[in-house]
Amino acid sequence: MSTHQAGARVEGGHLGQRQLRLEDTALLRGLGRYADDLATPPGTLHAAIVRSPHAHARLLAVDASRALALKGVRAVLTGEDVKRWANPFPVGVRAPMEHWCLAVDKVRYVGEPVCVVIAEDRYLAEDALDAVRVEYEPLKPVIDPEKAATEEAPVLHEAVGSNVVNERHFNYGDPDKAFNEAVHRVSIKVHYPRNSCTPIECYVVLGQYLPASGSYDILSNFQGPYALHSVMARALDVSSNRLRLRTPPDSGGSFGIKQGVLTYVVLMGLAARKAGAPVKWVEDRLEHLQASSSATNRVADMEAAVDVDGRVTALRYDQIDDCGGYLRAPEPATFYRMHGNLTGAYDIRNLAVRNRVVLTNKLPSGLNRGFGGGQMYFALERLMHQVSRQLGLDPLEVMRRNLLPADAFPYRTASGALLDSGDYGATVDLALRDGGFSELLQRRDQARAEGRLYGIGLCAVVEPSISNMGYITTALTPEQRRKSGPKNGAVSTATIGIDPLGGITVHVSSTPQGQGHQTVAAQVVAEVLGVAPKDIMVNVELDTGKDAWSIASGNYSSRFSGAVAGAVYKAALKVRERLANIAATMWNLDADQVRFADGKVFIEDGPSLGFHRVAGTAHWSPALLPENEPGGLRETAFWTPPQLEAPDDDDHINSSLCHGFIFDFCGLEIDRITGEIHIDRYVTSHDAGRLLNPMLVDGQIRGGFTQALGIALMEEFAYGEDGSFLSGTLADYLLPTAPEAVEPLILHTETPSPFTPLGAKGVGEGNNMSTPVCIANAVADALGRDDIQLPLTPSRVRALIGIDEPEAPEGLEPLAAPKAGGPALQARDSVEVPASPQTVYDTVLDPETLRAIIPGCHALELEGENQYRADVTVGVGMIKARFAARVRLSDLDPPHSLRLSGSGDSPMGSASGSAHVTLVALDNGHTRLDYVYEVDVGGKIAAVGGRMLQSASKIIIGQVFNRLAQRLTGQPSGGLWQRLRTLLARLLGKGDAS
Amino acid sequence: MHAPAEQRCDIELELNGETRHGSAEPRMQLCDFLRHELGATGVHVGCEHGVCGACTVLVDGIASRSCLMLAVQADGRRIDTVESLARDDVMNDLQQAFNRHHALQCGFCTSGILMSCVEFLQREPTPDETRVRDMLSGHLCRCTGYTGIVRAVLEVAEQRHEGESQQQALENRNDV
Repeated sequence: MSTHQAGARVEGGHLGQRQLRLEDTALLRGLGRYADDLATPPGTLHAAIVRSPHAHARLLAVDASRALALKGVRAVLTGEDVKRWANPFPVGVRAPMEHWCLAVDKVRYVGEPVCVVIAEDRYLAEDALDAVRVEYEPLKPVIDPEKAATEEAPVLHEAVGSNVVNERHFNYGDPDKAFNEAVHRVSIKVHYPRNSCTPIECYVVLGQYLPASGSYDILSNFQGPYALHSVMARALDVSSNRLRLRTPPDSGGSFGIKQGVLTYVVLMGLAARKAGAPVKWVEDRLEHLQASSSATNRVADMEAAVDVDGRVTALRYDQIDDCGGYLRAPEPATFYRMHGNLTGAYDIRNLAVRNRVVLTNKLPSGLNRGFGGGQMYFALERLMHQVSRQLGLDPLEVMRRNLLPADAFPYRTASGALLDSGDYGATVDLALRDGGFSELLQRRDQARAEGRLYGIGLCAVVEPSISNMGYITTALTPEQRRKSGPKNGAVSTATIGIDPLGGITVHVSSTPQGQGHQTVAAQVVAEVLGVAPKDIMVNVELDTGKDAWSIASGNYSSRFSGAVAGAVYKAALKVRERLANIAATMWNLDADQVRFADGKVFIEDGPSLGFHRVAGTAHWSPALLPENEPGGLRETAFWTPPQLEAPDDDDHINSSLCHGFIFDFCGLEIDRITGEIHIDRYVTSHDAGRLLNPMLVDGQIRGGFTQALGIALMEEFAYGEDGSFLSGTLADYLLPTAPEAVEPLILHTETPSPFTPLGAKGVGEGNNMSTPVCIANAVADALGRDDIQLPLTPSRVRALIGIDEPEAPEGLEPLAAPKAGGPALQARDSVEVPASPQTVYDTVLDPETLRAIIPGCHALELEGENQYRADVTVGVGMIKARFAARVRLSDLDPPHSLRLSGSGDSPMGSASGSAHVTLVALDNGHTRLDYVYEVDVGGKIAAVGGRMLQSASKIIIGQVFNRLAQRLTGQPSGGLWQRLRTLLARLLGKGDAS
Repeated sequence: MHAPAEQRCDIELELNGETRHGSAEPRMQLCDFLRHELGATGVHVGCEHGVCGACTVLVDGIASRSCLMLAVQADGRRIDTVESLARDDVMNDLQQAFNRHHALQCGFCTSGILMSCVEFLQREPTPDETRVRDMLSGHLCRCTGYTGIVRAVLEVAEQRHEGESQQQALENRNDV
């Protein structure tokens, strides 16, 4: 279901309508013309690719002689040929790394192409793969991006000398000052996994080499961006007009992934040259999963400077992007597509960013729906959730206090994006009201009262669309940019031709992969020219040899509705103006009065002619045309928004033209036994500007949402420690099927963009940015955990839940919990707090403090003077126990020393501990807390083992004092906190499988 | 039947109501044979390991993965592909419902899904949503989130049921 708050503005009656798709008839009848359905030239050969079984190895020799001797095998293309005829791909950063379309010296990921066997049919080519002998010298691989960034890691590209191939630091506003002045500092570290939207149609390339002109003519289901055309031409070592790249009429999905076919376009061009015949390659699913493309996995260390009321005053990003074995264009764009909107939907003026691009022995990463947004918003919105948790505030309230107000637009963000329009508060209000937020809160209360695990998550996302072609150059320093010349803009194109009988053909260079561009383009033209959409033919094939296109052409960054439909509109206006002039001249009337509707060109209460008659005049009777009218009828519009400027010398970049807004919330329940997540309700509210076809918009949202559900719950490209690929079939890489799919409630507000011709913004990628983190926040809420990692598979969730002692079977008399009596553990530690001993002392005596600093404390009630009854959950490894505890403060010697002790029983055993704390005044006015503690346990907990217990005690006790320090300063105390976090992750099993 | 690996076997089958001949090596998959030998390119190949369901066709009326069958196994059988559904250039009720409910985007998985639905509705004319989703679990669609597909199938089931009831009512009236 979807509702519209603001009605779409309908003029000619077509835009804003739920126009059924014109594409469907062919596709539903099996008459689509996908790449593998098209006729091939006579004599076409077929390719199969020998791929590396090693993640990292030196390539010593390739011997194809046995393969060449097989019947039907016509040629084998090797690295030697490639070095002779081609170049390495240009790289988006200044680093001496070479990426060829075939491995030439080393292999750097499992599945990397090593040579191409070309045979008379696909079966024969695949047979011959086994006959190629390749000699490798295996090298130590590196899979973990953080390890890859260290100096000890094996280096993938020796010429670069490091796996960190690009590092940039950015400061906007005064983040240091904001952090120093902050009342609270909240931090979180997150990992975003590798995943892929896996279109159902794999890559297809048909390569031809034309020796007479020394040119390549290649057909592929490439999706763009056509900025990569120049990358391919450079790699093929031809001038760009000698690479004619064509796309078929239909494409079986892409979602960004078919950008990655670019290396195979080059490879099959060379294969055709080697074989002296056209060569066709159809990728199979196993190749696709291991060696096509995937989203970039990221490690992000995030920190927020926060006011006392939850206002975030500064953000600090410290991020590592793992781009795999090679930095394939357009990487490192995963970082920079989001650079302008790193502050999300919030009014935050201070921002510090450190971006490191790291290579590991994995498949090269690339575009994937939501490109960069899934990664960025997972970090930002987990952090915002953490802010509310740490400050004990309502997440919705924290969000509201930070959201940009409606009167802020157009709003220039700290890092340079110009947010075009929006009313974020209104979108949030609509969602809360129509999405039944208060009811969901009640459901959570009820579920929890019944002991069930129920959580609510929410998130706010600014969805960028229509990329600035210059954003990627933010990866370069201003000096490097000056050398290479400014890059910016986002040129879109559309052509409308009208033939002598008045037939209208529209061409767009948006290379759709199922989004319904033909339908919308027809709606736009119908609106302007007053004809029926079904009478308009829209051609979406792209032929770089003869169509109008530019580097921004292609299907990415949700650029269709804002930019391409806008160009169609502009082209239609040009045609209409000419036709109006022609008609006005025939009638000797004013062109302004000419109207277009119902297939007629007319003047109100005046003359009227069929559209085809007026249009035909331009072809049949040029002599009747007005002066300055050249005859013929074909108009191409190029449109680029002036707002998309190149990055400035301070690295401000308006990375995208349009910025939609999304507010999502969901309620979910977790099965305590299986760890399975059941989404109870999911509400997604969007402001994507003016909606051109609401049916298609909701289709995009549903599709993106379902992919995001997979990202949140199931999908991960997993690698073994040796770099082996563990997700090589669709039985290993699980995708949502119909029973797992969830029906979201979709809501819309419409705040038109002032920057696009039709007021529309992109909408297709938003849920891939919002939904994974929304679900993660709900799981964090349900489990009270901070360490949420995607995908939230049942086994991973189960590990987060931990093991609670099950209820004793009925009738069984439980044994009394054994009393403490094991060997006592003793240790000492200290922490420095920037406050005077008296302040520290007073703070400790405050019951509110005590509740906040005891880890896992659910409730604390005063029992007597300095004595409390507490309900505390303590976890050691996989064991978690809930203690009914007594907490006591004694041996009070203000402000010098005190004793903090606690004891309790749980079904898992008993525990007691006490810490004697001495407060030492330091010269700098700070206080050092020296504490000596001992811990005694009995029962099952004691079985955990002394070493683990010792570390766990250290952590838990340490947490008490660190939280105290935090409470006093609003900041974690440096070194100890880091140490604790590392220990916690390792010991309490909060880490991951990787 | 035993045939050496390189011998091409003659295959005769009924494709969408027409008798068709072709020849294939014993190892050739049925999907490749239908597409490249007989020209039924409405059959789509998405995974070649029986998971995605894009290549689903009817073999003697039973929905089957044509990537998991050899062409020689189809000899003498009746094969129906998506191309069989429209009559005289008019799409059948299921195809029309897919269009109405925006049940497809790129359309690559659609032909297989339609064939499963055809068989399913014959077997189970009045399914509920759970049953429809269960049937669809044999197919992967990456574009739609399945919503439109589920709605289309349920609507067609209902329409056919109503149509039958009306037919029944008409016949009853004629009897009187």
